[in-house]
Amino acid sequence: MTDLPETRSTKKLGLVIDLDTCVGCHACVVACKAWNTENYGAALADTDAHGAAPSGAFVNRIHSYEVTGDGAPRIVHFPKSCLHCEDAPCVTVCPTGASYKRAEDGIVLVNEDQCIGCGLCAWACPYGAREQDPVAKVMKKCTLCVDRIDNENLPEADRIPACVRTCPSKARHFGDLGDPDSHVSQLVEARGGMDLAPEQGTRPVNKYLPPRPKEDEIDVLAPLLAPVAEEPKGWLGWLDRALDRLG
Amino acid sequence: MKDDSHFDPSPAPGDAVRKTTCYMCACRCGIDVHMKGEEVAYIEGNRDHPVNKGVLCAKGAAGIMQHNSAARLRAPLRRVGERGEGKFEEITWDEALGIVAKRLGRIRETDPKKLAFFTGRDQSQSFTGYWAQQFGTPNYAAHGGFCSVNMAAAGIYTIGGAFWEFMSPDWEAAKLFLLFGTSEDHDSNPIKLGLAKLKERGTPIVAVNPIRTGYNAIADEWVGITPGTDGLFVLSLIHCLLKAGKIDLDYLSRWTNAPCLLDGDPKSRTYGLILRDEGGRALVMDRASRKPVPWDAAGVKPDLAGRWRHAGTTHASVFLTLSDRYLSDEYAPETVAPKCGLDPAQIHRISARIAHAAFDQSWQHEQDWTDFRGEHHTHVTARPVSIHAMRGISAHSNGFQTARAIHLLQVLIGAVDVPGATRFKPPYPKAAASHPRPHADTHAGQPLDGPHLGFPLGPEDLLVDEASAPLRLDKAFSWENPISVHGLMHMAISNAYAGDPYEIDTLFLYMANMAWNSSMNTQAVMGMLSDKDENGDYVIPFIVHADAYSSETVAYADIVLPDMTYLERHDCISLLDRPISEPDHAGDAIRWPVVAPDRDVRPFQSVLVDLANRLGLPGFVEGGEPLHSDYADYMQMHERRPGVGPLAGWRIGETGLTDGRGAPNAGQIDQYIAAGGFKTYAVPEAARYMKPFNAAWWDWSCDMGFTDAPAPYLFELWSEPLRRFQMAAEGIGARQPPEHLRARMRLTHDPLPIWYPPLEDGHADPVEYPFYVLTQRPAAMYHSWGGQNPWLRQIHGENVLYLPTNLWRSGGFSEGDWARVESAHSEITVPVAHMAALNENTVWTWNAIGKRRGAWALSPEAPEAQRGFLVNHLIHELLPEKGDGLRWSNSDPVTGQAAWFDCRVKVERVPRERISHPAIARQDSPVGQGPSVVARSTGEPDPAPGMMSYILKFLFMNKRLRANPHKEDEQ
Repeated sequence: MTDLPETRSTKKLGLVIDLDTCVGCHACVVACKAWNTENYGAALADTDAHGAAPSGAFVNRIHSYEVTGDGAPRIVHFPKSCLHCEDAPCVTVCPTGASYKRAEDGIVLVNEDQCIGCGLCAWACPYGAREQDPVAKVMKKCTLCVDRIDNENLPEADRIPACVRTCPSKARHFGDLGDPDSHVSQLVEARGGMDLAPEQGTRPVNKYLPPRPKEDEIDVLAPLLAPVAEEPKGWLGWLDRALDRLG
Repeated sequence: MKDDSHFDPSPAPGDAVRKTTCYMCACRCGIDVHMKGEEVAYIEGNRDHPVNKGVLCAKGAAGIMQHNSAARLRAPLRRVGERGEGKFEEITWDEALGIVAKRLGRIRETDPKKLAFFTGRDQSQSFTGYWAQQFGTPNYAAHGGFCSVNMAAAGIYTIGGAFWEFMSPDWEAAKLFLLFGTSEDHDSNPIKLGLAKLKERGTPIVAVNPIRTGYNAIADEWVGITPGTDGLFVLSLIHCLLKAGKIDLDYLSRWTNAPCLLDGDPKSRTYGLILRDEGGRALVMDRASRKPVPWDAAGVKPDLAGRWRHAGTTHASVFLTLSDRYLSDEYAPETVAPKCGLDPAQIHRISARIAHAAFDQSWQHEQDWTDFRGEHHTHVTARPVSIHAMRGISAHSNGFQTARAIHLLQVLIGAVDVPGATRFKPPYPKAAASHPRPHADTHAGQPLDGPHLGFPLGPEDLLVDEASAPLRLDKAFSWENPISVHGLMHMAISNAYAGDPYEIDTLFLYMANMAWNSSMNTQAVMGMLSDKDENGDYVIPFIVHADAYSSETVAYADIVLPDMTYLERHDCISLLDRPISEPDHAGDAIRWPVVAPDRDVRPFQSVLVDLANRLGLPGFVEGGEPLHSDYADYMQMHERRPGVGPLAGWRIGETGLTDGRGAPNAGQIDQYIAAGGFKTYAVPEAARYMKPFNAAWWDWSCDMGFTDAPAPYLFELWSEPLRRFQMAAEGIGARQPPEHLRARMRLTHDPLPIWYPPLEDGHADPVEYPFYVLTQRPAAMYHSWGGQNPWLRQIHGENVLYLPTNLWRSGGFSEGDWARVESAHSEITVPVAHMAALNENTVWTWNAIGKRRGAWALSPEAPEAQRGFLVNHLIHELLPEKGDGLRWSNSDPVTGQAAWFDCRVKVERVPRERISHPAIARQDSPVGQGPSVVARSTGEPDPAPGMMSYILKFLFMNKRLRANPHKEDEQ
């Protein structure tokens, strides 16, 4: 099957996704679709596009989960795309070498010219992050917008994945998770960034920042308000004194 | 090392970038449209644009699919079948415009009010309103009456500005943010950008919404309130803050009418109005001299606790009157919490948070400014509590007073237009009194006597005849809803059908889906549009509809005028209308044809110019010569007042190009295009805060042409216009309401914010119908528009009714179940799902996902047309009968705002169905059905995969596996 690179740079490009800030608006999903259908390999097709069971290739999706337990129930929006695992089982399972992990930055890519659409990689991926294009029948996945991040035709500021550029609530961050000083590593450090399903042993590069504690898990900052007086007359007295102080 | 040569690492996103304004919802973000040749290749947010600063939402990013939509109308259509069937023939523009112009010409020469022109989610209301005014019909409005007029009216009458359009939270400096009744929509990207800034600083977000989706999901504190009780919750916060003395007395005494004395003499003709001297100046007690003096007299110290004993009567200040009311235990958290579905401790906690942020975390912001009294200040006091509110507040019959309560809360803590607080966006602030009054005086062959929509200050401004009958078809500005400042588009069809207050000839609609999700009681409205009288003629004689897409409403038109997409036409996001300002700058923008249409379509606004020219309307034609060739020409050359036109940038000044006031510039649109499609105008430093009272603001406002003279004002905690209507209801004054409205007006037109239960509670038995049914706007859909979009419909192509845990259990529901949902008026049968993060008295679904079979170029088998549903069928424009012989309108009695969210239902489990009910008959599609396979990219189709892959594919053929086996369904 296909080997992971033997020697690697320390560079590990990936995403850090803030679950405390993601409002589940799907902006990243559509920006991803729009960039990647026009660029990198075959278009991202949609079948039955106006029909009963529309189904298209999206390489970034948002799932919404309701969390119940102690305290008020809440909803967590969970964007999911390829995590660019260090031990990527989707690569090692590939029979043709179409799936590969780049030695220089760890991005996992598919060479569509070599992809036979067998789907083994989608089975191997524990995160369901790969989708076969319903028309081109090749495997589609997040490329970290490999055709944006070093793109000489884009302004410097735009050399980031389309999902990160568009995210309105700034829940998505892109950078080198192999560099402990990078802003993404700092975020992971500060916010307790987590691996998705670490028990799978794939060592994902992407990290998730967990939701911050909510009202029922934190002490209220301010003390409750004390009345200035219990009696109505007392309140008017307070008002008079307070107005005097205004001068 | 693997070979990366299979992909291009540096593809150019396009060979040209054209910068224009998005129209995938109402937010008016800037977009970069990347072109390859004359094809759109990619759309992303414009980094320089003040609204979205580079980001773009799902709708905006999917704009390319809307632009290429299969549902686009292709040519003018004439109906050949019956109304509602969707059977049309294509005709030429000359034919279509000839038919329409002939009909409108006859109406104008005989009785202009027989044209009803209503324009939906129109972003050119300044223009369409002007057109209707020149035509001479009083029957014009856009969609505000069924959207958020409660918010707009309450804000403008109370503080001279309103949430969203005319105000913005101070995202940079707030220490606490309260979000009321806002789902995932307006205003989309600015709120998300703002939330990101708050999160970055760790600023607490408190979200008040029965449903914890979207923005509410990331709030630090969720107030899962029972629908329609927000006003009570806010008045309870006010109770707590007053009781604890956590109010800004200095702000109240200087900048509000709180110290003004109220006429306390029940026999007086001005009882309950503010006492005034002979010159009409409001009186306050001077704290130094203990005498009543004009509020703005030199050196006066207005006494908030003022009382004036005079001729046997005590006249108390507004502040004493309001504190007396809200200190009552009626508003104590312990009293109100059960009605709100909340724990009293949460109300105490949030009031403490507000006080802590407003007063403990305040600072003095250095700014030299001079107030309208001439007093100089070196600082502005920050009150870093920002608030935003939207339709959850608005869409109730008590929404006007609830929105007023929110503004009262802001003012009591001094948190309007100061650092950290909600701030005005130019051209606001502007008091109600500085707006025009409404007009409806119509004469054959003449323009209307003034703008349609305005701000009544009392009964004398109502649009009613001597017998109290409404002058407008929608009954706006009548006794039923005196302050209906946006009109009542949602009543136009039912009133036209009933011939009440009069019959019309032509209903002219623009981009409003009134035969579907924009109407209450949808099925009946479809019947009204297609019903015939005893002679076999349609009851509504003629319907013209202008739209870019094959909506449900198209099927009911006699003539369809196909509009262009937003990338094909000119538009003007004007300071005369709803611009793109932020607190520190004014701004306006354009749309322009970044791509040419491939169909026989015309931009609607240019069609209106054409019609105006054919009809010879004043303002469009002078001396027999048309003034404007099309809308682009109007945008540049029209002057509303001398020197003031639709676009403020690059006007012709005395010595060169200038902004604000100036002569028209025939090259203005080119300037906008060169500058990225927009222009901003910085508010001078000294004018940035305390604008209503700030001399520098008013100077700049006059320079820019927002106003012709300074118009400073005080915040109206006590609303005199409301009191004037209330007085009329009490029998005072010459103009008197009909008897049956008196009691309700006395209650609802209270000059201080009040809470009363949603009106439907008094009509539909709360025990029999225990749940409120709501909708939320999905972030990735704009009303019914998104359903045609192959990308967006994969995100929101299904809707279910979400049920709270208590109902889920008591009703014996399980996954995949269906329910019959019954209101006092009607019933629907729909799929349901459980949701825990939901108020226990609430059921809800996503808005406008359901589609009529045959609409929007979708297959009749599409889930939207099979299982998708509207709750609109459950909601009637009239409240259920309650045995008093009257039918009361399902709207706010002050503003006429459609009370969508008052509806009460019961929910019962039923056997599982395949399609939701009511199942409306299919309409024919004038555009056919969209293609099955879409693989969007520019240029030639992708080359076939290499030969190697074919060989390997053959080898592995019997091992082909389903892609993405782990893919879960969307929520």
